[in-house]
Amino acid sequence: MAKAATKSAEPEVPPAKQEVEPPPTPKAVGALLVGWFIPGGGHLVQRRWGRGAILLVCIWTMFFLGLGMEGKVYAFNTGDLLDILGFFGDLGAGGLYFLARMMDWGHGAINLATADYGRVFIIVAGLLNIISAVDAYHIGVGKKP
Amino acid sequence: MTIHLSHFSAAMTFALFASIVFGITHRNTPREMLRYGAKCFLFFFLGTLAGGWLMWLLRH
Repeated sequence: MAKAATKSAEPEVPPAKQEVEPPPTPKAVGALLVGWFIPGGGHLVQRRWGRGAILLVCIWTMFFLGLGMEGKVYAFNTGDLLDILGFFGDLGAGGLYFLARMMDWGHGAINLATADYGRVFIIVAGLLNIISAVDAYHIGVGKKP
Repeated sequence: MTIHLSHFSAAMTFALFASIVFGITHRNTPREMLRYGAKCFLFFFLGTLAGGWLMWLLRH
């Protein structure tokens, strides 16, 4: 009885209608990597000019606003869990992160309240860039127009 | 040169850029992107106001 009720609650989806994840293609993986390294670049290489330009402006502006607010850029560390997560968030910005590290930007000014906002801006710019790169991948495999 | 933003303006700047990226990456057509981005921004804005009033209530 209970088994029958459970079965009726979950309607069976015919195999043809199930969403199948498209296999990765070299173009899609390339767009993912370019998109990670150059924020917005994953869309631009696939000729999604408008979307790519908007993503580029948003992520780059957010990252540099964070630096302008004297936000901290995390280096690789094995200390506090939040510092480790901060590093991975920052790393999401790809080339911008390496540029900031090379130029020795982002020391963080602990006496400024804005520096804390800046730290968050830099981390979120990295996280948004990961979302953007994954979106470029989905365009590459044809999952998204 | 350090950029100084108030807490509210920093939150709104954050909301603007995050909403634009969410709109573009989470929807398929330009119209849907615009609607979703606007919705995200509205939720960020209302969430900021609600959080501000909640902290005010906790303090008083």
